[in-house]
Amino acid sequence: MKSLEELKAIREKMKRQMDLRENDENSIRVVVGMATCGIAAGARPVMTAFLDEINRRGLTNVTVSQTGCIGVCRLEPVAEVFVPGEEKVTYVRLRPEMVPSIVEQHLVNHNVVQDYTIGAAE
Amino acid sequence: MKELSLHLLDVAKNSVAAGAEHISITLDEDQDGWLTIAIADDGRGMEPEFLARVTDPFTTTRTTRKVGLGLPLLRLTAEQTGGSLDIQSAVGAGTTLAARFQRRHLDCPPLGDLSGAVALLIQGSPDVAWTVEHSTPSGSYVFSTAEVQEILGEDIPLNAPEVFAWISEYLAEQEQSVGEGSAPPAPGEPAG
Repeated sequence: MKSLEELKAIREKMKRQMDLRENDENSIRVVVGMATCGIAAGARPVMTAFLDEINRRGLTNVTVSQTGCIGVCRLEPVAEVFVPGEEKVTYVRLRPEMVPSIVEQHLVNHNVVQDYTIGAAE
Repeated sequence: MKELSLHLLDVAKNSVAAGAEHISITLDEDQDGWLTIAIADDGRGMEPEFLARVTDPFTTTRTTRKVGLGLPLLRLTAEQTGGSLDIQSAVGAGTTLAARFQRRHLDCPPLGDLSGAVALLIQGSPDVAWTVEHSTPSGSYVFSTAEVQEILGEDIPLNAPEVFAWISEYLAEQEQSVGEGSAPPAPGEPAG
């Protein structure tokens, strides 16, 4: 069983990383569209996949957040990736199984996964 | 929307958008299969005129376009099981929404991954104080993010991936304890 005690261990672990997080100017942002359109198209497992994969890899320089409707409902689920100093990349028609390669290739190695971008879909 | 928990994930964001500091989610199922999902917030509330047409698909606070489907879809889902959607609201006092479903009705979608939906709500709005209560004929539990935040301290945000993972698993276990189990997402969850 999960216990509230485990939160204390998470707290200690994260406190050690805290300085890194706050001082990291190179923080990457992932934003997932979670409005009615996104949720109906399957954004929830995509969002969960991002969080799981980032947690699994222990990436401390990535923040994941949710937003409303990005405006291209027909291409949902949509996620936008903001890497400082680089152009925003919009991934569309996402499925959870596409997420690990985006995390590995784009967030870690800074290579955009072109096949999944809005440019490739349109 | 193939799961009731997806409706919850969707419409609870309205409470966040209303500037609520505290949002309480209550699920209550009785012996006869009637399930009430209630969301109560202390947000800014709605004017009576807006409240009267809030389940109209052509009513929305959005400025980018003129349709909003969250509440109309929820009302449709509730009514097609023989249930109803009731919304009480007053400006300055907050809003309480209660959707009632007959789970044994053929047209009632499964509850689905409630723990996943709630964990994402918390992850998406970590500054809101969330309370979740679920009671069924086999048991009940209460979860509050204030309790979690107290243990974590002010410095650790509730939207960190590590905390999200803990909350998801903790809630999944609580769901199992009230007889809901944590069924994986439906195999056909659509890609687009």
